[in-house]
Amino acid sequence: MPTAIQEFKRTGDFSKEAIDQFLADRSFPHVEGNQITFVYRGYVDKILLQHWIFGLESGEEFERLGESDLWFRTLEIPDNSRVEYKFWVEKDGKRKLINDPLNPHLARDPFGANSVCHTTGYALPDWANEDPETRPGSLHELTVPHTALGSAKTVQLYLPARFRKTRRYPLLIVHDGFDYMKFAALKTILDNMIHRGELAPLIAVLTQSDDRLKEYAGYQPHAQFIAEDLVPLIEGKLPLRARPDSRCLMGASFGGVASLSTAWYYPGMFGRLLLQSGSFAFTDIGKHKRSQAFDPVVAFMNRFRENPGRPAEKVFVSCGTYESLIYENRSMVPFLQAAGIEVRYREARDGHNWENWRDRLREAFSWIYPGPLWMIYE
Amino acid sequence: MSSPFPVVLLGPQRFEPNLREIIEPFAFDRPFALITAGWQEREEEIQELDAHLQHQTIHLYLHQRSERLFALHPDYRHEYRKRQSLLRRAQQLYSIQLEGVLEKARYLMRYPEESKLLEPAVTQSIQLVRQLDEMHQDQIRQIHREFRQAWPLSRLPRLQAEREEIEQILGRCCALLIAGGHVVVLLNRIRLFGVERHFTKMAVFGWSAGAMVLTDRIVLFHDSPPQGQGNPEILEQGFGLVPNLVALPHASKRLRLNDPNRVALFARRFDPALCVALDPHTAIMWDGKQLKALKPTRYLAVDGELGEVL
Repeated sequence: MPTAIQEFKRTGDFSKEAIDQFLADRSFPHVEGNQITFVYRGYVDKILLQHWIFGLESGEEFERLGESDLWFRTLEIPDNSRVEYKFWVEKDGKRKLINDPLNPHLARDPFGANSVCHTTGYALPDWANEDPETRPGSLHELTVPHTALGSAKTVQLYLPARFRKTRRYPLLIVHDGFDYMKFAALKTILDNMIHRGELAPLIAVLTQSDDRLKEYAGYQPHAQFIAEDLVPLIEGKLPLRARPDSRCLMGASFGGVASLSTAWYYPGMFGRLLLQSGSFAFTDIGKHKRSQAFDPVVAFMNRFRENPGRPAEKVFVSCGTYESLIYENRSMVPFLQAAGIEVRYREARDGHNWENWRDRLREAFSWIYPGPLWMIYE
Repeated sequence: MSSPFPVVLLGPQRFEPNLREIIEPFAFDRPFALITAGWQEREEEIQELDAHLQHQTIHLYLHQRSERLFALHPDYRHEYRKRQSLLRRAQQLYSIQLEGVLEKARYLMRYPEESKLLEPAVTQSIQLVRQLDEMHQDQIRQIHREFRQAWPLSRLPRLQAEREEIEQILGRCCALLIAGGHVVVLLNRIRLFGVERHFTKMAVFGWSAGAMVLTDRIVLFHDSPPQGQGNPEILEQGFGLVPNLVALPHASKRLRLNDPNRVALFARRFDPALCVALDPHTAIMWDGKQLKALKPTRYLAVDGELGEVL
């Protein structure tokens, strides 16, 4: 079936009024089944589509509609996909990267924001939106005065709604925790899931690194900071269960490596891991082909794969199928299972981004620390 | 258990309570006894409820009483926890078995079969679910029976004293209010202190989990949990003050009521018990003979539709 833009092209009428009408009649990018049509309007020299779907050509040129100011590009993308993208706009020899002016939907991350669209079947999770019925938890700052990293570190503590000192809570340590809050709605999700009984009330510690490419890349002093400085301090201050099955390390990308490596350096201490799009690059032979930042990661992963031990009892792994890391994450599953670990693995048609990580949190959290959903009727 | 006094079941009361509106026409002149044990350690946080009711309440503090009792009798607490652990295990095993039979019943209900052979097959598949439900309830009853035999009241003088104190409090009250919360905790605390022996001596108002425990069968349910199949399962029998009724608090939130197959399967599985959706603003009353809606309240019908309790 021809797409709307093909039908429009066939009319041959590219007058300003006709284009105005064509754009007014639909939202963009325009999704028709698994065809997504991106458009740009303006007198420029060239438009290219920048996306981060690994395996699909990026930087593809838009086609201009006759001599008009309307440019378009149609991509075929499977159902249930979520795609972040930008446009390269070239004019008078200058090139700049912009968000799609016709698309109000943005996905934010530490580097700014990308335009975002999705194909049929993808739905924004309602549990990631603020719910007026939910009782909110609270955030507090805590400074760890002396750390193996050489300086004091400030972390944030999340205490669940109706926190009680007389209860014992499980612990969740979140790498890049401040970013998870800002870009993956972590607090809202914890609040909602605990309120709905889907997640056991827990205490979360949000850590953030100023030098994550170093500290999160299998760096032993980071593991020492978590295991020897942070955990004893908070277990001394807060009513935590203080046992392996109630200690979970979590992180995405390099944060996944930080979680895995910390558990590996301190076997028997952390019973749960939640690893999202972990940067688990390794080599069987020869040199890796990723950036230099991956050198220590590959060194760690190769050591880990040589002697995995049993860093945790239960591990949730997720990855987007549009990520370059999909191969490494898939290969982790049988590897962890062979080490006697209970593994839950989930893929989604999404990329290496915070909203992908957000969208997996309900399943991950409710598996790691299931709540009393079936028993609570308030 | 049949009571000459009214028994009223209501939906959730947290955001838009209708308890006061329902209670007022009864013109009670003595205090209400209150159970909020389902709130566990927050049991005493009743300020909002008091502000809503504007009537004297006497709190039974069943949760606090049980904590004191457990502290006094560590051996009893140990055995009690072992029993709870056994009950949980029985529930898990039942749940695993249930998955297969319920899936088959659901499959048959969707099966594209025009002939008259289909309906007996559906009925048979639901019958298998009901058999499993019965076996599970028998097993749970047996576990409780053994525990009661091992721990007669005579072994726990403190518990006996607490029960007598509760009896005295209840003697001064004209109605008992039972709030929702954790249904197992609530059920166990009521049973521990024998409060159910007084249910037939006064009017009883229960909401959410508090309504569930007053029925003869407690059904746990959620059609879209983040983990698992979302198969409704029987926890165990309730106190049976309202017979032939399954109480479903927050039904509109927790059940896919727009799916006729799921609604029909739910209703047929528990038929002839009426599966009542106790959503906010709802209220029904059992007067010992018949059920009456005090506020518009729906039930799950065997044809997959939603009916109105009259």
